[in-house]
Amino acid sequence: MKLTRRKFLQICAGSAAAYGTSSVLTPQVVHALKQKAGNQPVIWLHGQGCTGCAVSLLNAQRPDIAETLLDIISLDYHEAVMASAGEVSMGVLDSALADRAGDYILVVEGGIPTAHNGDYCYIGEKDDKPVTMLEAVHTMGERAKAVVAVGSCACWGGIPSAPPNPTGAKPVSEVLPNATLINIPGCPPHPDWMVGTIAHLLLFGIPHLDRLKRPTMFFGPNKIVHDNCERRQYFDKGQFAKDFSDEGCLYELGCKGPITHCDISTRGWLGGVNWCVRSGGGCIGCTEPSFPGNTGDGLYEKLPAAQVPGLPSINAKANTIGIALGAATAAGIAGHALGRAITKGRGKGKEG
Amino acid sequence: MAKKITVSPLTRIEGHLKIDVEIEGGKIVDARSAGEMFRGWEVILKGRHPLDAQQITQRICGVCPTAHGHASTRALDDAFEITPPDNGRLLRNMVLGANFIQSHILHFYHLAALDYVDISAILKYKGNSPKLNKVKRWAKAELDSGRSNALSPFLPRYKGDYIEDDELNIEAISHYLEALEMRKKAHEALTLFGGKMPHTMSVIPGGITEKPTVDKIAAYLSYMKELHSFIEKKYLPDVIAVAQNYPHYFGIGKGSGNFLAYGTFEENSEGTELFLTRGVVIDGTYRQFDKMKINEYVGFSKYKSESGLHPWSGKTDPDPEKEKSYSFIKAPRYDDTVMEVGPLARMVVAYLSGKNEAVKNLVDGTCASIGIQVSDLFSVLGRHAARALECLMVAERCQQWPMELKPGEPVHTPFTIPSEAKGSGLAEAPRGAVSHWIKIHEHLIDLYQVVAPTTWNCSPRDDQGQRGAVEQALVGTPVADVANPIEPVRVVRSFDP
Repeated sequence: MKLTRRKFLQICAGSAAAYGTSSVLTPQVVHALKQKAGNQPVIWLHGQGCTGCAVSLLNAQRPDIAETLLDIISLDYHEAVMASAGEVSMGVLDSALADRAGDYILVVEGGIPTAHNGDYCYIGEKDDKPVTMLEAVHTMGERAKAVVAVGSCACWGGIPSAPPNPTGAKPVSEVLPNATLINIPGCPPHPDWMVGTIAHLLLFGIPHLDRLKRPTMFFGPNKIVHDNCERRQYFDKGQFAKDFSDEGCLYELGCKGPITHCDISTRGWLGGVNWCVRSGGGCIGCTEPSFPGNTGDGLYEKLPAAQVPGLPSINAKANTIGIALGAATAAGIAGHALGRAITKGRGKGKEG
Repeated sequence: MAKKITVSPLTRIEGHLKIDVEIEGGKIVDARSAGEMFRGWEVILKGRHPLDAQQITQRICGVCPTAHGHASTRALDDAFEITPPDNGRLLRNMVLGANFIQSHILHFYHLAALDYVDISAILKYKGNSPKLNKVKRWAKAELDSGRSNALSPFLPRYKGDYIEDDELNIEAISHYLEALEMRKKAHEALTLFGGKMPHTMSVIPGGITEKPTVDKIAAYLSYMKELHSFIEKKYLPDVIAVAQNYPHYFGIGKGSGNFLAYGTFEENSEGTELFLTRGVVIDGTYRQFDKMKINEYVGFSKYKSESGLHPWSGKTDPDPEKEKSYSFIKAPRYDDTVMEVGPLARMVVAYLSGKNEAVKNLVDGTCASIGIQVSDLFSVLGRHAARALECLMVAERCQQWPMELKPGEPVHTPFTIPSEAKGSGLAEAPRGAVSHWIKIHEHLIDLYQVVAPTTWNCSPRDDQGQRGAVEQALVGTPVADVANPIEPVRVVRSFDP
């Protein structure tokens, strides 16, 4: 059976029941990938990250990371994995430029500090001079076939760029405005989002992207966390958890599910053993450009739309509520004073 | 005349590290360890909501987010004047414990082992394991392709004294692959109660949000049994096999010889009893730990703020151009003494505390079976051995904590966010002592300071000119070939920075 793009998207969305919910690269996909000549060379640069995206990739289920390395990509440069060090490592970047320009994919993990000529992050040393992350992203990005930003730091700036952004941290899109770029946000991204996007890139080219350059197969408008949440019934009934570990919708505890794009509520982490809202921790909106918000906001503050009288108890259609909340939130994030008022109100309202 | 060499990037660690060493007469006579990245957590956290701290600080390290989360929630517990109920305490331990196991396995097999194991030995494999034959076919195709960087990410590498025994190399490759599965299973066990990994969702001040149900407890126990068996039957024997092939590494990378452990895994709700012991060892003597004796020096660090401050009055004001500075890592000192942190430090502290018979017996038994003295553990191999032994201990305890859970009982203590407060949270990351320090003003974070494990181990010189722990461990290390400085990178990686 020939693998069509349509079939592949079904697999990615987990809608093809036979493939389970947490596997992108089925034997069929792997077979299709093997028909391509040789593995895809990948250069993976770390900037201001925590290596969490790389660790998440290690958690890939099917195929696992070993199969990914043997069957799909040639991971030529990756600081946390490669055997080499020092000059030998830097030589790998040189040979990629010399031999594989226009052929390799550049993956960027972490933000890119631009203040002070990029001196807040050195990735190595060449000719006795430090090489900044900023310089490396330019050099390697300009000759890459495509650039994939993994994680919210590389996609949006993420935590290093949170106010007051002490290092001038920027996302890939601002450093390489003309690159063929795909953003795979998340803190960290699910391994399926990373492997699935690379697979699509190899089999069918650039996947369909939204205006923020996110693959819609994982982050599309029909992938709002809240819409597919297993606690959604509580929201519709107006049953809200008042404190951590209560049953109910986590809206009052600051869940950002209504404004967050990704399919985690159906995919789950680590093969689906659990996910953010099921564990009672709520969603902190880690895939969104607004993550982690401004000084004075709180990851656990109620979305300001809750201030709209009666809204939570309206048994309205999901889309109506989603849009209403989205708009109200954008306004709320700018309003520090409101955020603080909520914080204090909630703090005082609780028994110690 | 001394020959200077630089290793940058120092790979297979978390973060950006450079080492500069001077070599004379085939040995390192001076060393500098430099942290090459600054993100500014302390600056970003100021003014934010206190509850954000444990989410944001987990993102310091994607390999050990649970340890930062643990230290941060302990600091918030302290500031809010609350203690978690037993279920909350036990589940936090189970989350942290699963990640200790994950991190230790990852460190030995995927970060450190490539300094010893010769991956190309797979070409000589003659057995019938489908997995190993697949690796063999891949390796052959890669080499035949003639492409640059063939066999990446395993080649290129430094030339050096890799293991020559084909059978041992092939077994190590097999375990490298199995360890990828094992570390993932540890994350699966963790996620049962953590909700997500890396970066857990459920750990909060006062306890945890996830509930202990019998199905999840059974699943966790099943994972732990399997992990325990892997550690006992593969990880520990593999460390011993490396030790037998490189016995001289019991004499390389000694370091400061002074050790600090905050201890972790609370065994009572007040946190006064810990599974991993708290304490300090200076000049071979155990002492009680005093949290007010920590100071951070920045004389050689890229900060223009004052030097020698205690974290509760800490400042983080970067200046990449500061004269004489060479690292973004501060230089924390305990009682103005350079301390090593990590599994070896925890073992030494527990051993000399006189309060931990289990550790004493484990260490004495292991040393006797390898035929070394306890003092030989102050070395590259000693650190690997201590890590493996600790991994086994934690995997054992992780099978006992679930049995103490009480399904249906509370997992979390409600809290009020005070207007004015301060707190400290001490914990252990897999790679060493981690502390978080908070001051709250008008319900928001006024000061937040993190003293991460790698700042202890990889710190630059302090204002008194004392080298950091890794710098001290590097001095005296022999280097056979300056173009392939494999010995110093083995020393640095033994700290798991």
